[in-house]
Amino acid sequence: MLYREAGDFKTSYVADNQTFPIKFDRIGFWATMVVAFGVIPFLINDYWANAIFVPFLIYAIAAIGLNILTGYCGQVSLGTGGFMAVGAYACYKLMTAFPDVSIIIHIILAGGITAAVGAAFGLPSLRIKGFYLAVATLAAQFFLVWLFNKVSWFYNYSASGQINAPERFVAGFAVTGPNTAPWAQYLICLVFLTLCALIARNLTRGTIGRTWMAIRDMDIAAEIIGVNPLKAKLTAFAVSSFFIGISGALFFAVYLGAVEVGEAFGIQKSFLVLFMIIIGGLGSLFGSFAGAAFLVILPVALKVVGVDWLGWPTDLVAHFQLVIIGALIMFFLIKEPHGLAQLWRLAKEKLRLWPFPY
Amino acid sequence: MKTKTLAAMALAGAVASGPALADLVIPDLSYRTGPYAAGGTPFSDGYQDYFNLLNARDGGIGGEPVRIVECETGYNTERGVECYESTKGEGALIYQPLSTGITYQLIPKATADEIPIHTMGYGRTSAANGEVFNWVFNYPANYWDAASVAVNYLLDENGGDLNGKSIALVYHNSAYGKEPIRTLEALSDMHGFELSQLAVDHPGQEQKSQWLQIRRERPDYVLMWGWGVMNQVAVQEAANIGFPMENFIGNWWAGAEHDVTPAGAAANGYKSLNMNRVVDYPVLAEITSLVHDAGNAAGDGSNMGSVLYVRGMYAAMLAAEAIAKAQEIHGVADVTPAMVRDGMEALEITDARMAELGMEGIGPEFSVSCADHGGAGQGLVQQWNASSSTWEPLTDFIAPDDAVISPLVAEDSAAFAAENSITPGCL
Repeated sequence: MLYREAGDFKTSYVADNQTFPIKFDRIGFWATMVVAFGVIPFLINDYWANAIFVPFLIYAIAAIGLNILTGYCGQVSLGTGGFMAVGAYACYKLMTAFPDVSIIIHIILAGGITAAVGAAFGLPSLRIKGFYLAVATLAAQFFLVWLFNKVSWFYNYSASGQINAPERFVAGFAVTGPNTAPWAQYLICLVFLTLCALIARNLTRGTIGRTWMAIRDMDIAAEIIGVNPLKAKLTAFAVSSFFIGISGALFFAVYLGAVEVGEAFGIQKSFLVLFMIIIGGLGSLFGSFAGAAFLVILPVALKVVGVDWLGWPTDLVAHFQLVIIGALIMFFLIKEPHGLAQLWRLAKEKLRLWPFPY
Repeated sequence: MKTKTLAAMALAGAVASGPALADLVIPDLSYRTGPYAAGGTPFSDGYQDYFNLLNARDGGIGGEPVRIVECETGYNTERGVECYESTKGEGALIYQPLSTGITYQLIPKATADEIPIHTMGYGRTSAANGEVFNWVFNYPANYWDAASVAVNYLLDENGGDLNGKSIALVYHNSAYGKEPIRTLEALSDMHGFELSQLAVDHPGQEQKSQWLQIRRERPDYVLMWGWGVMNQVAVQEAANIGFPMENFIGNWWAGAEHDVTPAGAAANGYKSLNMNRVVDYPVLAEITSLVHDAGNAAGDGSNMGSVLYVRGMYAAMLAAEAIAKAQEIHGVADVTPAMVRDGMEALEITDARMAELGMEGIGPEFSVSCADHGGAGQGLVQQWNASSSTWEPLTDFIAPDDAVISPLVAEDSAAFAAENSITPGCL
């Protein structure tokens, strides 16, 4: 009843081209925005920020980044953890080298540096694809982690090899360091996520996004109709790495505050983000959000139900979590390769026809 | 029906997370899963069993029952942060994360929240300077002490001269493994031995190339900073290349039963440091009768008396003594984290007290002060006897070389204070 296009007329090209053509979607979007910016910051506490919201927002940025590369441009990447590490270490070096410059600029610059590194590692994609490209990006993952562990310049020669985020302020409020208020942590991540999602949405709707999708669907055909594969693939790597770099910088500076590269940005991080977009849905921005939310909330939810409510031993619950995530990935790959986003799309289709299906 | 179930679940949740009862909340950030579970499980069992013993025998500490909140971290820092945030709201009195990575996360957070952390023989070494790290304690010993104790032991074995000897350090490539390097470098300059460093990446199953290098270079001694599955693999690899086991010394996190048993007889003679003596203490019999026989054992109860079980129990004893001290100082039974911190800073462990607690000689005597959160820093050397499957202590507690360590602690903590704009001082 509520969710339908009937009666929702467009009288200008601008209106016809808008991001959410259906009125109900627009209302939903603005309602989410109001809740996210206007309600949650007043209710959030340390636990909700650190256990749910901040990791969700940061992983959502990473998932959007990987989704652009893998979901939209069809280039499989297992280097996400390594690229997040580039963002984190770039941010750390900038924060310590230029303490007077705003952290916002550092985070954006960290994204830029990661974009350059990502584009460099994207060069092999011009010659190889599929599994072979996955292996090449895997090499990037291991090389970058090794580099940040080996060269002490990256961690300012600290004895432990850890990097620690010094306290930084935005408009007088601490956003990094131990005295950060949970709402400040949440808001800075939310602002970055909103901007990244808007940029990603508009990029994927425009020319550049269409060239990515053309390359994904059939690269030879795309080349014949005039898509430049060099430009398309490298921009996909650069844009994707830019987002992943921002998420890495936020992950280090705002969320954890202290990072050890092998532990925080190891291969398991690459897989985690890949699982997010597989479960969420390849080639869908909503899927990036859904996948990130799912994989952030699931372990916490399992812990609350298993340990706090049912009183099971903690190790049993931790093992169950592995089993459940593994089973879900197999289930999605077999039953719904397009992930949660496709389920949502089908639900919307059904809603549009309800109550008169044909 | 469905609403009923939901209501019941909501009720159960409300009860579980309801108002904190007047008891002493001790979180146990344990890891019983993942590549480090072999070490995390016995430590956590010992930690919990001792508090359960206090509950069963004395009704808690100073008449206040202890409530343990266990949270599984899997040795993962993100899970560790989640565990910290979820347990601190329950009135957590003291954290023992048993992970150097998680410790680095928690130092600023717990300092801001004013909750003490006890990182016993791990974590950030320079936290021994209590004037900079007001809320962090690493007594009775730290990594730099361990490095110095190991070198002192080798000096002793070589008639006081290590000149021209070569020592290889096989370390876990993380904050944990990198901690001793600075001290070993200083000691290498001082005593004239040659130090080579071989990093092993997480989780440590792959160390063929490192041991090939050792085989080629033939160092006189190999020191190891390992944890979890890395230890078992290293002992096996050392056996494979025929490295003399008596010249292979692990630190105190690389010297438990499960580290050497997989290599069987080949592990015979492997040495490691230890910060706690492992003998058949009377308190273990009490735990068996009052906790295990009553069906309250943490885990499956199979780790009783092992090296890391005893260390976990030792950690719990130090925490319980600090809480008792806090109750004594402030004259209240239901203490706050800030009071526990005062208790930790005034802690004094004497031989008489350890004997009274049924664990005579479990650790060295030490006392804590505002300036010194590091304790005595002593460690002993033990050797594995594969035929009887026991660790045999070779030495008494060996003192570290404070002349080397104190300036390093002062330097590192001063750098931390400058970075975080902390003015050193007592609370």
